[in-house]
Amino acid sequence: MDQIILQILNGLDKGSAYALIALGLTLIFGTLGVVNFAHGALFMLGAFCAVTFQRLLTLSYTFLDESQKDFLGNPLKVNVPYVNDWFGPEAGASIIDWSVPLAILFAIPVMIVIGIVMERGLIRHFYKRPHADQILVTFGLAIVLQEIIKYYFGANQIPTPAPQAMFGSFDFGALVGRDPGAIIYPYWRIVYFLFAALLIALVFAFLQFTTFGMVVRAGMADRETVGLLGINIDKRFTIMFGVAAAVAGLAGVMYTPIVSPNYHMGMDFLVISFVVVVVGGMGSLPGAILAGFMLGILESFASMREVIEFLPGINQVVIYLAAIVILLTRPRGLMGRRGVMEE
Amino acid sequence: MGILEVRNVNKSFGGLKALHEVNLDVQEGMIHAIIGPNGAGKSTLLNCFVGKLEPDTGTVTFNGRSLLGIRPHEINQAGVSRVFQTPEIFRDLTVLENVMIPCFAKRDGSFELNALRRIHNETDIREKAEQMLVDVTMAEKHDMQAESLSRGDKRRLEMAMCLAQDPQLLLLDEPTAGMARADTNATIDLLGEIQDKRKITMAIIEHDMHVVFSLAERISVLAQGTVIVEDTPDKIKGNAKVQEAYLGGTH
Amino acid sequence: MYGLNRKDTVLLLIVAILVAAAPLLLNPFPDTSAMGKTFNAGYPDLMQRFVIFGIFAIGFNILFGLTGYLSFGHAAFLGVGSYAGMWMLKLLSINVIPAILFSIAVAGAVSLIIGWISLRRSGIYFSILTLAFAQMAFSLAASVLTPITGGETGLQTSLNDPRIMPGFLGGGTVNSAGNIPAPSLLGMEMSESFILNVGPWAFTFNWGYYICATFMLLAFYIAIRIFRSPFGLMLKAIKSNQQRLNYTGLNTRPYMLTCFVISGMYAGLAGGLMAAMDPQVGAERMQWTASGEVVLMTILGGAGTLIGPVLGAGLIKYFENIFSKINKATLEAWFGVFPDWMTDLLVTLVYPFIGKGWHLTLGLIFMLVVIFLPGGLVEGGQRIARLFRRGKTGAGALKPAE
Repeated sequence: MDQIILQILNGLDKGSAYALIALGLTLIFGTLGVVNFAHGALFMLGAFCAVTFQRLLTLSYTFLDESQKDFLGNPLKVNVPYVNDWFGPEAGASIIDWSVPLAILFAIPVMIVIGIVMERGLIRHFYKRPHADQILVTFGLAIVLQEIIKYYFGANQIPTPAPQAMFGSFDFGALVGRDPGAIIYPYWRIVYFLFAALLIALVFAFLQFTTFGMVVRAGMADRETVGLLGINIDKRFTIMFGVAAAVAGLAGVMYTPIVSPNYHMGMDFLVISFVVVVVGGMGSLPGAILAGFMLGILESFASMREVIEFLPGINQVVIYLAAIVILLTRPRGLMGRRGVMEE
Repeated sequence: MGILEVRNVNKSFGGLKALHEVNLDVQEGMIHAIIGPNGAGKSTLLNCFVGKLEPDTGTVTFNGRSLLGIRPHEINQAGVSRVFQTPEIFRDLTVLENVMIPCFAKRDGSFELNALRRIHNETDIREKAEQMLVDVTMAEKHDMQAESLSRGDKRRLEMAMCLAQDPQLLLLDEPTAGMARADTNATIDLLGEIQDKRKITMAIIEHDMHVVFSLAERISVLAQGTVIVEDTPDKIKGNAKVQEAYLGGTH
Repeated sequence: MYGLNRKDTVLLLIVAILVAAAPLLLNPFPDTSAMGKTFNAGYPDLMQRFVIFGIFAIGFNILFGLTGYLSFGHAAFLGVGSYAGMWMLKLLSINVIPAILFSIAVAGAVSLIIGWISLRRSGIYFSILTLAFAQMAFSLAASVLTPITGGETGLQTSLNDPRIMPGFLGGGTVNSAGNIPAPSLLGMEMSESFILNVGPWAFTFNWGYYICATFMLLAFYIAIRIFRSPFGLMLKAIKSNQQRLNYTGLNTRPYMLTCFVISGMYAGLAGGLMAAMDPQVGAERMQWTASGEVVLMTILGGAGTLIGPVLGAGLIKYFENIFSKINKATLEAWFGVFPDWMTDLLVTLVYPFIGKGWHLTLGLIFMLVVIFLPGGLVEGGQRIARLFRRGKTGAGALKPAE
């Protein structure tokens, strides 16, 4: 029982990441009808927003502190981040400590701009081209983005820790009345899950309760008719692309304490996210969320020692196996609609 | 008894009843037109013949074999060919290749693996395809890309592709839709000629009464999802029910 | 000739001559000159890669170029072929022929299974399914299948391999020097070369390269035959209008599956040759970036054309080699003729695109081709030829007026 609860919890953070990326992919596919192979790169760019922001915060100047000596007796060189001067040493230190959550504020505008530029500059010209061309050009873009990041940040992983206060784990077992220490769960993963749930809720609320969202949903169902009604659907779709980019980016920002970012993290997630979208049903937002969490949890169950001993390597392939089984039994995915992407 | 028998077919889309107890017999060797005002259910009915839609209840049999629940290629193998409202052809291939494909496609659906057979050597098939093009007066265009043909020629090409298979039943979905008068007349002549030469059974869905009364030997009038009259063209012309269905009608 | 029409025969002959003369053509500069060090590509390892990737791309093009089905998992068949070939080299004999045949067979069997499932869907679903299968194969090869694949260290020949048929097919468990024997054919090792020195030039004629080249020409010939067969016509029809084909009484599944398996066998052949030329295989050969690479080659050269994929594979491998060899010092030497500030500027501008930045250049070229030249370089060549011809007829038309 403890094991089951633990595995469900373990699956939630990975599932959250899958769900967020798949949500963005589905938004873009549903609104624009474009298959975006560069979406994983947006997730990666988000993670590097966190890295950049951290570096910006720790920009320092050096001065010689006469009151301290190093071991040779010379004045000690001290690096002082500019934020310390602006906010005082203590506030400055805690700002740096909290750089990952604060990077959200930095990433939102950056990612929206990246998304809009991408849509206006490139994707727009591919609406009428075959899906294969869309796949190919976004695949090329993904390579380019990835290589640019590699050029500036190097090929190694860059550790970006969570705030000190979020270190350590939470004794979930004690909370639900089981043995203390039976179910230990790191704080940051809870934060990640809650953050993802909030973000998903925001996107759904936005689509459900605003007129903007209503028009977009109508456009997803029937683009031409909405266009005929005199609504500038193109502009809204551009903004939706920005939103989708921001969702992927934020998923990346918050994921950095769980896995240190490197330039190819986007590609690694992209493949699985596509599987998630297909399993959920192409073009279905609830399907993407459901499938994301489902596959995340499935993966964590398959990683249990007992399961691996019984079926070695199952943790590596369980997602793909699930996808194949689902596609063969339910060709439209879990919640797919008829007529979406069927030639 | 007809070659194509439709019995008590019903089809609804949500609350909308598109077809209601439709009965229809297409006699062998005849040109049978299905006419009716917009929204009468003509296209729905045709789609039920070719496996694109499944009726809620009722049967569709061809030569005594049910056409329901089998895939389009199996329906074609049974001997039914279809001409679409917008010509469905292989746009990036040449006109000759377009006609050669149905010549290669065996009626029994057998699959030819020999990847090294050469098109160049298939003189029988090539000659048959050339002959089909002569029949539809397109022989001189055989090297053109199908995409660059005029609409009338695309229709003629599609017809040649269907005829190349020697179908027992040819279904035509508004074969003259969007055509100029001259093309329409050419199509009427072509269909008439085919009928004279080959005695192929045809079921035509058509809006253009000129086409219908030039060709059809038997006409079914569909209105609000049900067959209101079935008779010869002469009788249909004077039928009060038909006049009513067309709100005074033009003919 | 051999069932080809005149035009195709000429094409095949040109390719054959270019391939045969490659050791000469690819070494246009004296061996020791600065240009030669950077731009010469006539060494065995690279030339082998040209033709092996040529085979891989030809096979991919049979699927994508003819039917329009975009597979993102072709590297899986390449990897499977390599592993299968390695096992033949380890267990049976160091002779490369059984290894290559086994590679083709195993890759064909694997592509039959993957194709049977993936081809239930078309379009984007098909791309994603093949991608998922390839990732699965990669994960399995790197982890659970370690006894077969050598896991992360990979698989290589060793002194302890049984090689049960050494006498019959040549090569033993150890060579005369007591080391691991290298893959061979007709008693000659793949790495054996004949070096022709002409003044400062040195041309390397490598045995392994000519074996690969023979296979490539054979593969190219079969591809032409497939393109010109009724079967090939059906595949083109699938790309053009699947609905009409269904209403023509054709079940497209067996055609697609056969095409997919043929394409997989080409990849298997390429994988087997890789193992034969350099007997070590790692799982990274199956990674999806490798699948992406063959897509790149085919698109760059021109999907659906005969010569395009070969051209694309050659160009990408050639530039990969050159670009990776150029470093900051080379650039500074090149731009040295300009004033200092300009040299610095040019070096700074160009540097990100060379050396380790090769993939950046590749990605950019790829995007540009997809955006502006969807038919690839072959289409580009045709456009230029048309311009040229029009210019010529234009000039011809002017003449009478003179």
